[in-house]
Amino acid sequence: MTAPAPARGRALRARSGRPPWILLVPALLGVAFLVLPLLGLLASTPWATMGERITDPAVLSALWLSLSTATVATAVCLVLGVPLAWLLARAEFPGRRLVRALITVPLVIPPVVGGVALLLVLGRNGLLGRHLDAWFGLTLPFTTAAVVIAQVFVAMPFLVVSVEGALRGADPRFEEAAATLGASRATVFTRITLPAVLPGVGAGAALCWARALGEFGATITFAGNFPGTTQTMPLAVYMAMQRDPEAAVVLSLVLLLVSLAVLAGLRGRST
Amino acid sequence: MAGALTLTACSAADGTGPDAPGAASRDGLTGTLTVLAAASLTDVFTELAEQFETDNPGVEVELGFAGSSALAAQINSGAPADVFASANTDTMALVVDGAGLDTAWAADHGRDGAVFATNTLRIAVPPGNPAGVEDLADLSDDSVATALCAPEVPCGAATTAVTDAEGVEIAAVTLEQDVRAVLTKVELGEVDAGLVYATDVAAAGDAVEGVDFPESDSAVNAYPVGVLADAADPELAAAWVDLVLSDTGADALAAAGFGAP
Repeated sequence: MTAPAPARGRALRARSGRPPWILLVPALLGVAFLVLPLLGLLASTPWATMGERITDPAVLSALWLSLSTATVATAVCLVLGVPLAWLLARAEFPGRRLVRALITVPLVIPPVVGGVALLLVLGRNGLLGRHLDAWFGLTLPFTTAAVVIAQVFVAMPFLVVSVEGALRGADPRFEEAAATLGASRATVFTRITLPAVLPGVGAGAALCWARALGEFGATITFAGNFPGTTQTMPLAVYMAMQRDPEAAVVLSLVLLLVSLAVLAGLRGRST
Repeated sequence: MAGALTLTACSAADGTGPDAPGAASRDGLTGTLTVLAAASLTDVFTELAEQFETDNPGVEVELGFAGSSALAAQINSGAPADVFASANTDTMALVVDGAGLDTAWAADHGRDGAVFATNTLRIAVPPGNPAGVEDLADLSDDSVATALCAPEVPCGAATTAVTDAEGVEIAAVTLEQDVRAVLTKVELGEVDAGLVYATDVAAAGDAVEGVDFPESDSAVNAYPVGVLADAADPELAAAWVDLVLSDTGADALAAAGFGAP
């Protein structure tokens, strides 16, 4: 809206022309690299027995557990992660760079290590966990709540990084204008900032949900594996792989199709 | 045991003459050997691998440990490996029927692999036995948090064999992906008890206590080893299996709590 006209015209030309080969070739290679394993999965799917395998109550229970825990985990990530992203993008405080580095730790460490760390803190004998047990009789490991905690741990950084990026890209002059007109910082956040970065929050939430849905290592380490309470689809796939690789392929495909459908549905709605 | 190790080393070094073809071929071994073995063999095979590398200076042994079933699935999907050692005969059978064993080796040692050790289940509890577990029946109590192996993996199959034979229903809070994962949960005190192999209790030292139960006789796991059909150097792989089956191997296995085949 403020860009000078000539630059705009150039932008239009750049959009309408054929993509240059220097971008097209690596892009197509990238697509092939990401899609080929999916084709491999499709090619080895035992379609004849697909129906009965999908309607197996054990599979449906794992699928339901995965979808519900990933959704709750995403909600928790939104509640905690969006304010955290705002703090990192808009507030000045000492140690901000350190905090930013620390919250990306779950992206770097192997999820199994994350699971061990969670056990050491929230387990029955953990730093905090032993007090939860002594004071409230509350033990987290091997519960569905532990599945959600493991998912929040590994998925929240995705949300925070996306939302912080969106906040940094947003035009701060609207917020400044609102502030000069007397709006409080909280009002500015809910009325101006949040609506402006909503697409970024949506993208972050989708990424976060997908990561939570695929979570394996931290879950099996911290929450254990028990059908109905902690056995999510990735765990069910891993267990099936031990004895019945065909069943593992079917389960993977189900998880993949359901997550693609949900993500595509969300994207269709937001654009 | 040190004596036995020295003996093996000497006999290998001495067999250089042209009149000792078996020993001579063994002496000239070089290359990298990939051994995939059940998680419960971690300590013994690591020790034997050091011995093997000392005996055969040109050889490097690469060890991969995981649940036997996961390894069998990897081997049958074409994972490059020379030797497979499984924690039960069923899982070895999956490989025999899948990727297959080396034909020449199998003709000499048995088409289903060679059994080199046995293992039984034992109850592992955290130090001090906080829940006061004394026998298998105690694990059916809901207030005793118990970790078991998933039925899909060998230690889980052994667990099922014991519970089915004895008519005991264990109230597990988690079905772990391998026996070491069960042991970790016990070591961390996250569960009151776990069913693991006798060898895992021995390997954990003071970190856990073992509780014997007579019903463990209903599931004695036999450990077979075999040279794989796709072995890069079947001779090198056979030499490793010979070490596992030798007195040196038997001593190391016994020290780790394994039973004789």
